[in-house]
Amino acid sequence: MATTMVKEVGSEPAQLLGPESASERTLYPYVTGTSVVALKYKDGILMAADMGASYGSTLRYKSVERMKSIGKHSLLGASGEISDFQEILHYLDELILYDNMWDDGNSLGPKEVHSYLTRVMYNRRNKFNPLWNSLVLGGVKNGQKYLGMVSMIGVNFEDNHVATGFGNHLARPILRDEWHENLSFEDGVKLLEKCMRVLLYRDRSAVNKLQIAKITEEGVTISQPYALKTFWGFSAFQNPTVGAEGSW
Amino acid sequence: MGLKAPHSMGTTIIGVTYNGGVVLGADSRTSTGMYIANRASDKITQLTDNVYICRSGSAANSQIVSDHVRYFLHQHTTQLGQPATVKVAANLVRLISYNNKNMLETGLIVGGWDKYEGGKIYAIPLGGTIIEQPFAIGGSGSSYLYGFFDQAWKEKMTKDEAEQLVGKAVSLAMARDGASGGVVRTVIINSDGVIRNFYPGDGLPLWHEELESHNSLLDILNASGPEPMNI
Repeated sequence: MATTMVKEVGSEPAQLLGPESASERTLYPYVTGTSVVALKYKDGILMAADMGASYGSTLRYKSVERMKSIGKHSLLGASGEISDFQEILHYLDELILYDNMWDDGNSLGPKEVHSYLTRVMYNRRNKFNPLWNSLVLGGVKNGQKYLGMVSMIGVNFEDNHVATGFGNHLARPILRDEWHENLSFEDGVKLLEKCMRVLLYRDRSAVNKLQIAKITEEGVTISQPYALKTFWGFSAFQNPTVGAEGSW
Repeated sequence: MGLKAPHSMGTTIIGVTYNGGVVLGADSRTSTGMYIANRASDKITQLTDNVYICRSGSAANSQIVSDHVRYFLHQHTTQLGQPATVKVAANLVRLISYNNKNMLETGLIVGGWDKYEGGKIYAIPLGGTIIEQPFAIGGSGSSYLYGFFDQAWKEKMTKDEAEQLVGKAVSLAMARDGASGGVVRTVIINSDGVIRNFYPGDGLPLWHEELESHNSLLDILNASGPEPMNI
């Protein structure tokens, strides 16, 4: 069985130092993506993420695709350090390539990809050199819907709806209340958009340009980028500090 | 949240695509603390005949990364039998930046022209993320240019429009960023080849609160006869 090894940092031309590199640890992220939200619906999985990548407090890049299809059956969404996400995509390219090279009619499903990612993330965490990402892995294979999450410390689980980052605090309560089995495509999209709108209102690193992806037995589709309308017409917003000057 | 805010880097660097190629631009100031160690540096470095790189951040780090990439691209070109593509050059830069992210502090913009994709710009900020963009800005001076580019950038510019935009932008950044200054250097890369341009500091447009320069006060005084001095 061709075991795919996590690339060690010793490969030419990448490594500048000699074989005995100083103890490596990723200390902090630089270019980061914010929340990813996903849910199971009647025909498969729906996942949403905005297209922003922040550099500290600057909203530096606004057209970054943070969801990518993996093989035939899976979709990966990522928040956190974008360079680490790009590296994970390289590892997965190799994983899928070796899978295809078997040429045996089988293909890796979402459960297997999620398992692989969990191992990668956990092993890096054990070396104190994590891939600074929270990953959402969704897919459908042979009629079975799958939706899982892996964090940068290797915590992983499966659920009917998941979210990363701020989404955990703002989107999951909404999903807990309003998600149910056999959501239609339209209801699923509306529910995700409700979550993404709240994130737009309340997450400083959110950007109003998002994509929604759908995975069904037929395959993966990622929507074109689009923006959501926001509502500011509350009368309380007009003169909030009348009678209490200096307050907010 | 435990996120360290990005370290501010000296320099203003810009890369812009236009209809037929790319224009790269940079200031020329290298500082050691508050001292300007080199006031006429060249931050736009050649990787191959058709691919150049704008360097920001640590001068040493960016130079060594460029040197390594130039070396490997040279080998690659020999083995491939034709000029390297901008994408390959940019990905080599990314590999080094990513795999040594704990030790390097350099933000880079790779730009060039190849026969397959035409003019392309790739930004490689701290951490080693690679992002292909129609235009890219970097360095500490770029903070002052986000709003400017949001407003002034248009698709399908001509070569001259693109170079004007780059020159104007670097000049605006130099006006407000202490770590940027000196001259504006531009490099235009297209199917015809590479053109280097040089715009000295006193040839650039004047912005708010900046004055025309003179050789001496005496010239001003003598110019239009005795007149009351404005204080």
